[in-house]
Order: sequence, then C-alpha cells, then structure tokens
Amino acid sequence: MLTILAHPAGALAPAGILSGTISDATPNAEQLRRGQYLVAAGDCLSCHTRAGGEALAGGLALSTPFGLIYTANLTPDKQTGIGSWTEQQFYRAMHEGVDDQGINLYPAFPYPWFQLTSRADDDAIFAFLKSTPPVAYTPPADALPFPMNFRIVVKVWNLLFLDTAAFRADSSQSAEWNRGAYLVNGLGHCGDCHTPKNFLGGDKSHQAFHGARLGDWVAPDLTSNERTGLGSWSVNEVAEYLQNGRNVHAGAGGPMAEVITYSTSLLTDADRHAIAVYLKSQVAAPSTASGAPDIGTMRRGAAIYVDACSSCHLDDGVGQPRVFPPLGRNAMVQQGDATAVEHVILAGSRIGTSALRTTPLTMPSFAWKLSDADIAAVSTYIRNSWGNQAAAVTAAEVHDLRKALHLDADRLTANSGDRL
Amino acid sequence: MTTTLKAVDAVLVGFGWTGAIMGQQLCDAGLEVVALERGPWRDTSTDFATGFAQDELRYMWRHHLFQNVSYDTLTVRNNTAQNALPIRRLGAFLLGTGVGSGGVHWNGQIWRFLPSDFQAKSHNQQRYGKKAVTDYDLSIQDWGVTYEELEPHYDQFDQLCGTSGKAGNLNGAIQPGGNPFEGPRSREYPTPPMIQTYAPTLFGQEAASLGRHPFPHPTGNLSESYVNPLGAQLGACTYCGFCEKFGCGNYSKASPQTTVLPYLMRKPNFSLRTECEVLRVELTADRKRATGVTYVNSAGEEFFQPAELVILSAYVLQNVRLMLLSGIGRPYDPVSGEGVVGRNYAYQTMSSVNVFFDDKILNPFIGAGALATVIDDFNGDNFDHSGLGFIGGAYVAGMVTGGRPIEMIYTPEGTPAWGLDWKHAAAKNYLKSFSISVHGSCMSHRGNYLDLDPTYRDVYGRPMLRMTFDFTGNEHRMSDYVTDRAAEVARAMNPREIKLNRRVGSFSVVPYQTTHNTGGAIMGENPRDSVVNKFLQCWDVPNVFSLGSGAFPQNAGYNPTGTVAALTYHAAREITTRYLRAPGPLVQT
Repeated sequence: MLTILAHPAGALAPAGILSGTISDATPNAEQLRRGQYLVAAGDCLSCHTRAGGEALAGGLALSTPFGLIYTANLTPDKQTGIGSWTEQQFYRAMHEGVDDQGINLYPAFPYPWFQLTSRADDDAIFAFLKSTPPVAYTPPADALPFPMNFRIVVKVWNLLFLDTAAFRADSSQSAEWNRGAYLVNGLGHCGDCHTPKNFLGGDKSHQAFHGARLGDWVAPDLTSNERTGLGSWSVNEVAEYLQNGRNVHAGAGGPMAEVITYSTSLLTDADRHAIAVYLKSQVAAPSTASGAPDIGTMRRGAAIYVDACSSCHLDDGVGQPRVFPPLGRNAMVQQGDATAVEHVILAGSRIGTSALRTTPLTMPSFAWKLSDADIAAVSTYIRNSWGNQAAAVTAAEVHDLRKALHLDADRLTANSGDRL
Repeated sequence: MTTTLKAVDAVLVGFGWTGAIMGQQLCDAGLEVVALERGPWRDTSTDFATGFAQDELRYMWRHHLFQNVSYDTLTVRNNTAQNALPIRRLGAFLLGTGVGSGGVHWNGQIWRFLPSDFQAKSHNQQRYGKKAVTDYDLSIQDWGVTYEELEPHYDQFDQLCGTSGKAGNLNGAIQPGGNPFEGPRSREYPTPPMIQTYAPTLFGQEAASLGRHPFPHPTGNLSESYVNPLGAQLGACTYCGFCEKFGCGNYSKASPQTTVLPYLMRKPNFSLRTECEVLRVELTADRKRATGVTYVNSAGEEFFQPAELVILSAYVLQNVRLMLLSGIGRPYDPVSGEGVVGRNYAYQTMSSVNVFFDDKILNPFIGAGALATVIDDFNGDNFDHSGLGFIGGAYVAGMVTGGRPIEMIYTPEGTPAWGLDWKHAAAKNYLKSFSISVHGSCMSHRGNYLDLDPTYRDVYGRPMLRMTFDFTGNEHRMSDYVTDRAAEVARAMNPREIKLNRRVGSFSVVPYQTTHNTGGAIMGENPRDSVVNKFLQCWDVPNVFSLGSGAFPQNAGYNPTGTVAALTYHAAREITTRYLRAPGPLVQT
C-alpha cells in the first residue's frame, strides 16, 4: 500500500503548518501569526523537513563542501527539539550561531544572514516554533572530516566572516527598498546560495548575488546583468516569479522550487515587491565572453532540439510563457556555469507551486534517451541560439554530472528520472 | 485478518474523473476524504512524458495504461441463450485503471447531451407516439434530471478543463459558427476552438454546401494555455495526434492530473491510497446503511475503512459489480423485468466512412483527440424521425485524431489485410485519406443487462461481472441512416473513392469501437425503475452514491464524459449543501 499524503511532487503540502489559520482565540495570536509568516520568510521548512518527515522535525542531510550536516529538529520536543530552549538562547542561535549549550553551530545554518533579524522578529519565530506539534526525533550525527568535526574551527570562521552589525536602513533609499534589503539579506538569506563562496565557505562579498555553483545545481546571477541576471525582468515579473514559481521568462526548478513553495509564495504582495525592488537595484555582474561554438556541434544540437525539446519549448525556443519557459534570452540557460542546464536535461525538473498556480509543471528526465555527447551538443545549441550566448558544454562535464546524480541507478519507471 | 482503520468522513472507490471531482468538492466542504485506487500513481513526467508518450506499441497495442485482464476481467455474451466467456484481450472497449484512469487516455471530446436526451421516453413518445419507444422491447426512460438543472455543472466542467470550442446557443440566442442544435449555454467556451486542419475543413465546407450546420468539435485538447479556477495549468496542444489510448506529455489534454490533482493533492484533509482494490461495500445487517469498504492492498493485506459516506467513483462496470457483490439494491431479472441493478446496460453505436483522395495531401499525423468539424443535424431528435423506424441519432465528424502508423492507416475496399498489396495501398493512401466518424446513440433494451457471472471469478475469488449485450434493430436502423448521411458529405468532397464501415451484425468484443459503456446503475424518478435518484444517491442505501455513466438510463449520441462530470458536480452540490446538514434520502419516495 502506498499512502500519498504529501504532494507527489515531492513537496509536503505546505497548507498545514505555514498556511493554517491561527484563530483570534489563541493566546498571543498576533505574535504567533507574525512568527508563522517569518518562518515562511526564512524558508525554514525547506531544510528542516526531511523527505517523508514531519514539518520542522529536521534530519535533512545538507551536502556541504566540508561534509554532511543534518538539520536540527525545530519542533518543541523537550528532549530532541527546542522545547527546553529559552527566548534568549534562540536569539543567540540566530545571531551568534551557538546552541542552547553555547556550542557553535555550523554556518550551514544561515545565522550569518539571520543575525540581521530584529529581536522582536526572532521572538515571534521562537513563539511560533514553540506552538507547533512536538516531534520526538533525533537527526543523525553530522559526518564531517577532521578538522571540521571540531566546532572550535567555527569560532575562527565567525571571526573571519560573521558580520554582527545590526540592520542599518539606507536613508538614501525608499522604505520599500530597505524592507527588501532586510528580507533578502536577513531571513531570506538569498545570498547563501546566490553569492559565490571562497574556499573557506565565506561570502565573496564583492560579488554579492553574482550567482554560484550549488552542489549539482547553479544558483543564478540575480544582478542587473541583462543576459545572465534579472536585467531584462521587470520588478513585477520578479515578484510574479516569487509568488507563483513561474513568469514569462522562467520556471523555478531545483532548490528554488522549494523556496517558492515554502517561502516566497506565502509572503505578502508588498514583501515580494520589496524583495524585487531591492534585487533589481543590484549592479550588473560583468558578462563573461565566450567563443563562437563549433558549427558541427550546433547542427547536431539543433537536430536533437527538434526531436527532444521542441514539443514543449516549440520552434525557435519560444516556449509557452508561464507554462514551458522560453529558452531564447533565458538567463538560466546562459549562466557561465552550465550545470543547471545539464542537470535539468539529465534529471528533469519540477517547478514550485503556489495557491494560485497549483500545477508542479515538470520537465521529464532525458538521461535514458540522450547520451553525454547529445546533451552537450543540445546544451551548447540552446546556449548559443535565439539571442543566447554562453560557453560550450563538453560531454565530459555531462558525464561527471550524470555520475554525481546517480542516474544509472534503477528508476521508478523505466523511462523516468525518479530514483527508487 | 482485516485491519480496521481510523474512520473518515468519505471514502472514494476509484480515482478517475468522478473521484477527483467529488474528492475536490468534498474536501473543499471540509470533509476528511480518503480515495482508494486499485491501480498505480500516474504522473505526466514519469508515466507519459514527451520523450516517450507517442509510443504506439507500448500504449495502444500492449495496453500499458489499461486494466490488466489477467487479474480481473468480465465475461460477455450477446443474449441469455449463449454462454458468456471472459474477455482475455481488451478490444471493443479499453478499460482504464490507475490514478486518472480513463481520464488519462481519453480523446478529450467534451459534449453536452441535448435537452431532449434527458427526456428520451416522454419526448419521443409525445412526438412519435407510444409505439416508437416500446417497439423492439426498448426500455428507455427519462433521467429524472433536466438539461437546465445540469447546465451550471456542465459549465463547471468546461471551466475546469478550459474546453476549446465555439458556442452555438448562448442563453437561447443561436450563434454563428457553433452547434445550433445544442442546449442553451450560460457562457462562451473558456478557450477558442482548435485550428481545423485540411480534412476537417473540407468536410465542413461540403457539409455546409449540403445545408448541414458544421462547427468545430468541443475539445479538452486545448487551443491555448489556460489556468483553471483551481490554479491548475494546461498548455496549448501541439497536434501530435496521440490522445486516445495515450497520456498527454504536454499538459495540454484535460485530465484529472492536469486539472484537479495539483489542487487536491495539496489539501491536508485528502489522502490517496494507490494499489488498493475495494472488494466490497460493508452494510449494516438491515442493508440500509453502509459502514465503509473492505479493500486489499498490493501486499495482499486486507483493511476495513469505515466511512460516513461511500462514493462509488470507479468505472461503470466496477460500480455495478460492487453493488451486486455488496448486496446494494435488487439485481435485475431480464425474465420478469423486475429488479434494477444491472438493468439498462447500453453502449455506443459506432460506424464510419473512409475517404480517399488522389489530389489532396491531408497530413493526418497532424491531429488531436477532438480535432474535427462536426455536424449535429442527425443527432438525438434534431431531425424528424417520422417513418424512419428508429429513435436516437449520431453526430457526424470529419475527424483527424491522429495518423498513428499501426492503428490508423486506411486502405480502400478490397485491399488485403497484409502483404505486398496492403503495403502498396497503405503507402499510396496514408497521406490522402481520413475517416468520418458516426457516433451513434444506443437505446436500452430489456435483454441488455449486467449481472454476476455464475462461473468465472477474479484473483480474489469474486464472481466476474457478466455483460449480456447486443445491438437492436433500432440501433442498426439509426446507424445505417446516419452513415448514409455521412456518405453524402463524403461524396460531396469529390474523392477518388469512399469506404463505408457500417455497424453490421451482433456486438463483438474484438474490434475497437469505443469505451462508452453505460447503465446498470441508472438514475430515475423512483426506486421501482432506477438504482439512484437524480443526485446519484442509492435509493436503498442513502449513504452510498454511485457516480459515472452507470447512471445513464440509455446512451445519447455523444461522448459521455461531459455528462458524467456534470452529474458528479450536481451530486456534489447536493451532498455539500443538503446531505451533510441532514444525512438521509435527498429525494423522498
């Protein structure tokens, strides 16, 4: 028997914990509602819920360059969760990255961003977490190699990279811009994925939002670069994307699908607009030049495109806006690092959903159908057609990613990319 | 050993179109709903993605999405003098299974029945006299529900699917370009009609020249992208020609997956259990109330799911069988004419005319499940039946559902079925031929019915359903008459030749005709001649509702899904507004 309680898209129905109504009769209802909203703003669910697990009970393995880190149980269970924590201890966790015992947490927990959050907001989040159903569950122990298994190294890291300054409004900017900055650089922790990291995992702060490799994915450029960033998107289009996971330019797949489902789709229109205004103010990242692609590869890619891609993305890559993303002048397609394009073709991609756009539109896996060379050719083709320009993709890159994604393992169905 | 589970408000038996729609309506009303589906979970990207959806061998010929008849099938005979034998390979109709069921592999032809179809008996009796409706032992009757009552619910289904079409009657005003014979619509279709390709265009031109009234087929293969009221999205159809028998990889065919599930699966008060086959509905000792259902999962474990409401939302043949197995209602006896469950089984009377040109390239591979220009001049009671010796009718459609290379190659009269001559004929005609479909009604008859087979059993030891069915003189006369009308249009197109594929002889389960089985759990005005009332509520067990085409007292000359959906919405509205407040019979006897 297979009981499908959650959305088979792999996402838990967010309706429960994040959109459940808190009645006026509940003591402290105002603060709890604020906390519920901020838990969405912080996208806590995406990491603190493991596949098939209870909301916020943790146990999801985060694969960092330094090893595997399991997320904590945030439910108010006294033994395994944060049931015995105090407001002050929670505040310190959010601001200094230490747990209730004063032991350093790894910065996979985004306290370097959360430290911007106000005390009142922290208290509201804590109050809401304390009101959720307690779940007795202890996540597995982290699997970090020496010397990362010594938490003392985090103290050194904090000295190097932790900015403990409180949020300072920029009086030269609008209130809306400042609200956006507070959300993006605070709870939203957008730069956690979208800002490149140095070899110690600290932000390359002079390259804020330039886009970065993220494991098997790429978090794209969010600056005003017209080709790779948000330069050609309007503020409203950015807000629409955050609301519904889709707009005329793109669909939110990969880890961003969860951000849409568990976070940005649940924010107010005003906050989404503020985020968009702030992001649209980022100075464009420099464009990287790439040589003209090989003609033979382009011809091969064009033939594969017609066979495999055109039934949804249509001739000339025009797509069906808001349904199947147009591929021409597509920022994700033109990222300097082609990993996301390769990933989507190999494994498929399912986009995030909202109450207004419920369909998790999904591109199927083509790993069973296209060889590494085929995928390299068609990726090169779409990265250099219809106004696009980006570096060619090699079969070796695709080969490595295919291995990393374990796409040779048994599938749920013969032709699917879903792993058993 | 049977494990008793936590009680729920409603259990849905089967999860295709009717289960999905009813589940959504009941969950929105706040009920805790569990759906039990005997088949597997099915989703676009994993089960029929664009890269392999158009695999004719896998889906059409190897029945990838259909019921596996080695586990469960039914027996069939033409009349009570014969021995019924089990169907060991699906043919005439292709039974669905799995999430979405037939809603996954239908053509997307979305019709409303005519207002007069719902009064088949009284209307025809009034116009043509009593003899017209009692000859040949016809057992037709009125539905107990009217077109006017169902119109808002037909509309709900159109809004759900984003149906592409052109209205022919808006609130009583006839509209150019639409079907002038249809019942009044409260508003225009949500999306415009599909673009008609060459063959349907030619058909429409010549039909008009003969004084007929051509219009584009209303379709769930969408002409443009659409967002429905549940926030579910469909894309525009790419005319790939793989709809019927196939799932759509492009999100462009209306199905439970594309229209309801994205919304319903987010609901915390809804859960779906796949690979769970319901064995029977459990009743109290007095058989006046259902307590829940007993089902078995794919591991062979048995469960009792208690529920306040039991909704039979499986296919018509399973719904009727479950009633017979569970002791709901009195089984029909064809000898005495008494009893109701299994009574008035009906089907669809299909024929066609193939048209072959020398000078026209039709490119039939550009197709879609409901890509057609249609005339409705000879359907239902849209024409005078005086002296014709039958009631009912058919729509005639110049249709290109696709040019699938194995199934859909038309060859002229006299061509052998295989070998060199067939190959030459196939090569010569593939691009230059198409088929005109004659989609006819099927009246009910006292000898056509469903019951439990006395001999054959399924893997769980339960008797199979037995179908006793044959076409009657009424159906043959109707079909021949309208096929001749189709041939007139075909000849007017000035082709090299045509081929008439009439409906001849007895019903056979071998050649594919259509999966439009109806009746057996029919609706009506009183418990003497029907199983369910106008709200699909069982007269005998008021907390059991039986959805689907089983409720049709006879079948009209249209595809049934639109009416199946409208009846489901109609029932759901009554359950959520009246029944939940005061559980009990919704129609007093």
